[in-house]
Amino acid sequence: MGLSKAAAALALAAAGGLLSGCAELGGKPKSAPAIRINEDPYPSTYVRYPGVPTVIRHATVFDGDGRRYDDGTVVFADGAIQAVGGPGLPAPARAVEIDGTGKWVTPGIIDVHSHLGDYPSPSVESLSDGNEATSPVRPEVWAEHSVWPQDPGFSRALVNGGVTTLQILPGSANLFGGRSVVLKNVPARTVQGMKFPGAPYGLKMACGENPKRVYGSKDNMPQTRMGNIALTRQTWIKAQAYKRKWDKYYANGGDMPERDLAMDTLKGVLEGKILIHNHCYRADEMANMIDMSKEFGYHIAAFHHAVEAYKIADLLRENDICAAMWADWYGFKMESYDAVKENIPLVHNSGACAMVHSDDPNGIQRLNQEVAKALADGRRAGINITDEIAWEWLSRNPAKALGILDKTGTLTPGKMADVVLWNGNPYSDYTRPERVWIDGAEMYDANDPKRRPVSDFELGQPGEGDVK
Amino acid sequence: MIRRLFVALMLAGAAPVSAQTFAIVGGTVALGDGSQPIPNGMVVVRDGRIVAAGDIRMKLPPGTQVIDATGKWVTPGIVAGFSRLGLSEVDLSAEGSDDTTTNGPFSAALDVTTSINPLNTPIAVNRADGITRALVAPNAGKSIFAGQGAVIDTGADMDPITAPRKFQFVELGETGKDKAGGSRSSAYVLFHNALREAAELGRYAGPIQSRRLEAEERPAVRNPNESREYGLEARRSEDVLLTRFDAAALVPVLRGQQYLFVHVEKARDILNVLDLKREFPALKIVLVGATEGWTVADRIARAGVPVIASAVNDLPASFEQIAATQSNVGRMKAAGVHVAIGTIDDTDTRNIFWERQYAGNLVALQRVPGATGVSWGEALAMITSRPAQAIGMGGEIGSLAAGRRADVVIWSGDPLEGSSAAEAVFIDGVRQPLETHQTRLLQRYRYLPRRDLPEAYRH
Repeated sequence: MGLSKAAAALALAAAGGLLSGCAELGGKPKSAPAIRINEDPYPSTYVRYPGVPTVIRHATVFDGDGRRYDDGTVVFADGAIQAVGGPGLPAPARAVEIDGTGKWVTPGIIDVHSHLGDYPSPSVESLSDGNEATSPVRPEVWAEHSVWPQDPGFSRALVNGGVTTLQILPGSANLFGGRSVVLKNVPARTVQGMKFPGAPYGLKMACGENPKRVYGSKDNMPQTRMGNIALTRQTWIKAQAYKRKWDKYYANGGDMPERDLAMDTLKGVLEGKILIHNHCYRADEMANMIDMSKEFGYHIAAFHHAVEAYKIADLLRENDICAAMWADWYGFKMESYDAVKENIPLVHNSGACAMVHSDDPNGIQRLNQEVAKALADGRRAGINITDEIAWEWLSRNPAKALGILDKTGTLTPGKMADVVLWNGNPYSDYTRPERVWIDGAEMYDANDPKRRPVSDFELGQPGEGDVK
Repeated sequence: MIRRLFVALMLAGAAPVSAQTFAIVGGTVALGDGSQPIPNGMVVVRDGRIVAAGDIRMKLPPGTQVIDATGKWVTPGIVAGFSRLGLSEVDLSAEGSDDTTTNGPFSAALDVTTSINPLNTPIAVNRADGITRALVAPNAGKSIFAGQGAVIDTGADMDPITAPRKFQFVELGETGKDKAGGSRSSAYVLFHNALREAAELGRYAGPIQSRRLEAEERPAVRNPNESREYGLEARRSEDVLLTRFDAAALVPVLRGQQYLFVHVEKARDILNVLDLKREFPALKIVLVGATEGWTVADRIARAGVPVIASAVNDLPASFEQIAATQSNVGRMKAAGVHVAIGTIDDTDTRNIFWERQYAGNLVALQRVPGATGVSWGEALAMITSRPAQAIGMGGEIGSLAAGRRADVVIWSGDPLEGSSAAEAVFIDGVRQPLETHQTRLLQRYRYLPRRDLPEAYRH
């Protein structure tokens, strides 16, 4: 009882002190200081696996930054690229030496558009988690919360495709599909264990046929392309108001505004922290989306699919927007009707940022071959791009669009050692990855059946551990 | 060198070119029969047929047109082993562009030939990439029986049909299960019942003469099918499920006069189909899909049933494809199975040109430890002669042997590299246009700077 009285006295004394302090300043009662909202509540727990200092010699090297080294040398250790150069490069002590004669070394491929994990194999209803098609505006959903880390597709992308980093996007049923997540292609028990440390979030937006078909068929807005644009603009107006509220709160403190998960994502876009990945096929629609980005003050990192990018390649260059494209998909829907096989080289040739993407668990296994086709089609049209420059479509430019070019995408000393050793020219249909390293850790070796991931799903099944 | 000199001598005395006879000289020639490519080979064509091809020297009649293919590759045209080419202009949400039955009273009786549009853009796009013939199957609507497929050419003319009603297509795997109401048990009872109804018709009905246009009026191989229209007096039992037309359509299947394409993927389903072959020995079954075929390859080989497989399926995309591996084709081939490549559930209406890339990928597997690939010659055969042979048309299309239809492609390089392009395409000896909607768009937008008139005036 005595103790309790003493505590009450202390509390009163503290209150009295606070009151007197205000009286001395002579102003209104001071607001409580603002509390910062945690912007990374599901943080990456990825830790690179151990590697050994490694030197690959006598290989043809594309560094991803446009340079080529015949009889090239690549050195990596401690998870990072140490040096790239000609035959004379010194090796660190106790480095493993690999003879790359007749082989190619490139940065790991980065697929900027994948649905692995959120539309996994087997493709059954229970695992279909890519589209929250319950409202056309769903920026509150995060693709990472749909990713099933046991999707067997990840392993195929690694061992057949040489894919070391990939962005998993929500589907395109919605105008605002939700946040994307960038993953290291390293198997883990949790999606957090795959999340690329330090990669910014992306937001998937969509224009065109899909949103208007999905909602129009239910007699909901949007039912038309003008409906797409109107609803998207209306949402940005709400996001601007939401941002103003929070800006004021962070500046002045006081009562915390009510949080809205959807608006949190859009606010992140308006603050430049979340990158826009915009599904859009047609040239005229991309132009509308560019104007919209200016109207509300955000930047589009990349148009995805961008089948008609070649018609507005100059606009893409002027607005510093990348385009993620296929080599030769066409006609599967009206908005892909005007595809040309030279789309990627035409965009590149205009000075814009060109990328190849898969959007497909099979296509992701041969993105290098897709580039080979597009490159050859471009050359036949008189667009002469070298092999080593074209590799930018596979790693450097996707890294740029994902905001991780300072970390990976090229074989630049200090960057993550995400490296593929190919058993021949990667622009040939006869070539496959022989070894793949992620952060300097060897995750695949064609000659070692134990250096091959097998998902939980495949254990004990026919063909477990087989060459896929 | 000697051969080249010889050709030069012939050219010196050349008369005006003849449209009827021509020779392609100097290129690397691959016959499509499984053999390896022949450097500096020759292909001679007369009246739409191959006269001779390969490592040959032939005295050419005066006036023969000679096409120099030095530095190029020459092969038979690609034959799409399984496709929906010509059935769809645009696949999604574009009324009028698709011509497949999803709903309707008939099943086995459906004949895909009337749906094929030879002016369809995907036909032109694939022709421009060296595809000259295609096996075209209807899609299954409400029944396990999809109807009768055809062999077409991709020529720029209004006569696309090479062989109508060449095969009946039936779903007996996961799709068949769904069509049959939810179980494979149901699909098999439906199948047995259908053959029973066909047998009954075949026994009692006398065929009436069809007045359809036949071989003399169409540039097509005569189909071994008899007429599928039967007289009204044909008796049927009371307890029938099929319409009269559908039952009649299965009579030639039952008699082995029409091939039966069966789509299954799972090992268990493949064995069920092989059992059908034992039960009805006359059936000329071709397995379509067979993703798990490698696990029962010896039994497929023993049954002598050909397979048209997807080349590089390696995902457990469904519970009937759990054992998927890119080595499936190579392992079946090694076990003695006749294997061709098709596009099964893989943008089958339009991206047939991926087949040569896939074939190249099968060659690549030869250098992957633990994998089973195929030789270059066999990979090319799997997209040319093997599908033709699977339906008894190997003597007609798919290779550069004497007497075959002159479907010939001159490529910029190795055709199993996606980076190579078709530079000249001949179908029945007729040189084909390679222009498409896509090439026209490229011309229009190759250079973007503003000119005196809008882009719409560039044509």
